[in-house]
Amino acid sequence: MFVEKMDEFVNLKATELRLGLPGTDNVCEQRVSCNSNSNKRALQPDAENEIESSTMKTPPRKAQIVGWPPVRSYRKNSIQTKKNESDGESQGIYVKVSMDGAPYLRKIDLSCYKGYSDLLKALELMFKFSVGEYSERDGYRGSDFVPTYEDKDGDWMLIGDVPWEMFESNCKRLRIMKGSEARCLGSGV
Amino acid sequence: MNYFPDEVIEHVFDFVTSHKDRNSISLVCKSWFKIERYSRQNVFIGNCYSISPERLLRRFPCFKSLTLKGKPHFADFNLVPHGWGGFVQPWIEALARSRVGLEELRLKRMVVTDEGLELLSRSFVNFKSLVLVSCEGFSTDGLASIASNCRHLRDLDLQENEIDDHRGQWLSCFPETYTSLVTLNFACLEGETNLVALERLVARSPNLRSLKLNRAVPLDALARLMACAPQIVDLGVGSYEDEQDSESCLKLQAAIRKYTSLRSLSGFLEAAPHCLSAFHPVCHNLTSLNLSYAAEIHGSHLIKLIEHCKKLQRLWILDSIGDKGLEVVASTCKELQELRVFPTDLHGGGNTAVTEDGLVAISAGCPKLHSILYFCQQMTNAALITVARNCPNFIRFRLCILEPHKPDHVTSQPLDEGFGAIVQACKNLKRLSVSGLLTDQVFLYIGMFATQLEMLSIAFAGDTDKGMLYVLNGCKKMRKLEIRDSPFGDAALLADVNKYETMRSLWMSSCEVTLGGCKRLARKAPWLNVEIINENDNNRMEENGYEGRQKVDKLYLYRTVVGTRVDAPPFVWIL
Repeated sequence: MFVEKMDEFVNLKATELRLGLPGTDNVCEQRVSCNSNSNKRALQPDAENEIESSTMKTPPRKAQIVGWPPVRSYRKNSIQTKKNESDGESQGIYVKVSMDGAPYLRKIDLSCYKGYSDLLKALELMFKFSVGEYSERDGYRGSDFVPTYEDKDGDWMLIGDVPWEMFESNCKRLRIMKGSEARCLGSGV
Repeated sequence: MNYFPDEVIEHVFDFVTSHKDRNSISLVCKSWFKIERYSRQNVFIGNCYSISPERLLRRFPCFKSLTLKGKPHFADFNLVPHGWGGFVQPWIEALARSRVGLEELRLKRMVVTDEGLELLSRSFVNFKSLVLVSCEGFSTDGLASIASNCRHLRDLDLQENEIDDHRGQWLSCFPETYTSLVTLNFACLEGETNLVALERLVARSPNLRSLKLNRAVPLDALARLMACAPQIVDLGVGSYEDEQDSESCLKLQAAIRKYTSLRSLSGFLEAAPHCLSAFHPVCHNLTSLNLSYAAEIHGSHLIKLIEHCKKLQRLWILDSIGDKGLEVVASTCKELQELRVFPTDLHGGGNTAVTEDGLVAISAGCPKLHSILYFCQQMTNAALITVARNCPNFIRFRLCILEPHKPDHVTSQPLDEGFGAIVQACKNLKRLSVSGLLTDQVFLYIGMFATQLEMLSIAFAGDTDKGMLYVLNGCKKMRKLEIRDSPFGDAALLADVNKYETMRSLWMSSCEVTLGGCKRLARKAPWLNVEIINENDNNRMEENGYEGRQKVDKLYLYRTVVGTRVDAPPFVWIL
């Protein structure tokens, strides 16, 4: 029925496995026009895309549909300006990551992650550790390591408390705390 | 009734102010028609192309206030190409030539020019009020004309316009003798503001009630402005980026303590996270709060502020407030009538900031709620059914699920039953926007139950022409119908041509209507303007042999008494 219309705008290239640094060839901001030809349907599915069920989890970035969501351009520009200002560079949100005890720092692009679980999994892989269970009340329990970040105000915050977009725009750098210092912060200050 | 002299009847009519009522009065008999037309003060024209300025002046020679709307609603979302129309110039010129003593002009989605504003400022001695909403085409030079020439100006209210900011001295164009300012809203200007001129203007305006600043007004200027205008009822903060204990902050806090009249707060276009706390002392009196541009303020700060706002009637906020924040709103703001929750992430994906739980909490906690605009990532039928039960008083219900075609995220069913419950329970529903996965069934419900519905917005919904037909046949009071990306075609469009005479307009884009169907409609209904907007190859439509079956990209039709408009650009084809 409407399968062919379903999620045509989903650009699966974003979840494609490729070699290369995260953030390169970022297909996030593709503009797909609805009015290319009056004979075409609203959006043509990419030949290589599979038809996804509409209950599929949303990928990090989608191709934009003209005029959607229905937010006035004045308002869109206002929010977009704020987002661009807080992005370190035009492509991606690169932040330094340090881990207590590790000899050197790493850098990651926050815009490549869908959310916290995605980010934490990546950090666990990168630094070979695990974070323990997160709860709003108690923070991270069950591990010596606690993921924290420095926000725009200069405060060190526990990763996971605020909505993801807020975190993306406020995060200046990450620090994986270890040991007694970590336990203090992790137990719901 | 005609035993009374005309002046008495006219005096009685003075108490009838709503446009609908005055239109009804004028239909009673010839004598009432005549009395009403000479005494009509406020004229409202919902579509500037439905009538001409000359005919307006013939019917109502004595009006003082004119409201005009131009582009269709979907122009707000970039669906109407630049140059389509909605020019106010011919109206200003016609009014200037006539003897109308225009005092108030309110424009929405129209193209305004500096020349037009200059002509306006010079033509009407008693001009008092200019309100421009979502307009474009002019610069601060036009504002300078208004400031220089309108001696009796009370209101200059610029809402979300695209204004070319020449960073000029328009504020200093208000003469030193000018002291009658009541409303000044220039929040949408992007450029630098002459702060000295602004402060002097505010200082000499004892009647100033509403002041909305742009982002170029920094905190120290705000503090000074507030100190010299403690009578302000409606404040739009421009910029608030300063250290918590700075001198400006302290000055501001001192000024705020005197703000006993403040009822409405908005702005925070540039905002430091902690800035809201300075306003806590005035929260208990606030009836209107608009923080929907304050993207940098953390949800927790929003919540702390709202906890003090027990009298709030209107709240516009970003979804960063979260479901938890909406629960606080529900338990604090028992007087709430209107709520708008805007999205911070426009691309979908990411954390779900507000969900169906927030909506349900609001519906349970706020018994006076009648208008809602809610952007969210997910919804369920169960939640909507609960909302309908809690709040049968909705007049406006607009739900936007960010991902098109998204079903009930728990049952994977379409959201037909949820919206069906809303229209069945809310007997006074006048405006509805639907979203998510929807079949023809939802439109059957809308046609059956939404008897008072005047405006319906449909996107990515429905299965067949039956959907649109249910709505056209059922909603007797429909005035504006706008549809995008839905599978409705010629059969639905042509089923009842006379229906469109009872409506203001119909918009259909990326649907299944064909050029042949639109041509048939135009032939059957000469009282309609049937516009095809085709930005790409305009000529292709005619050359192609299969033109009859060629799909039309954008269709906009509206009733009119003045026929085809003459100002249409090449990409608009009026059939």
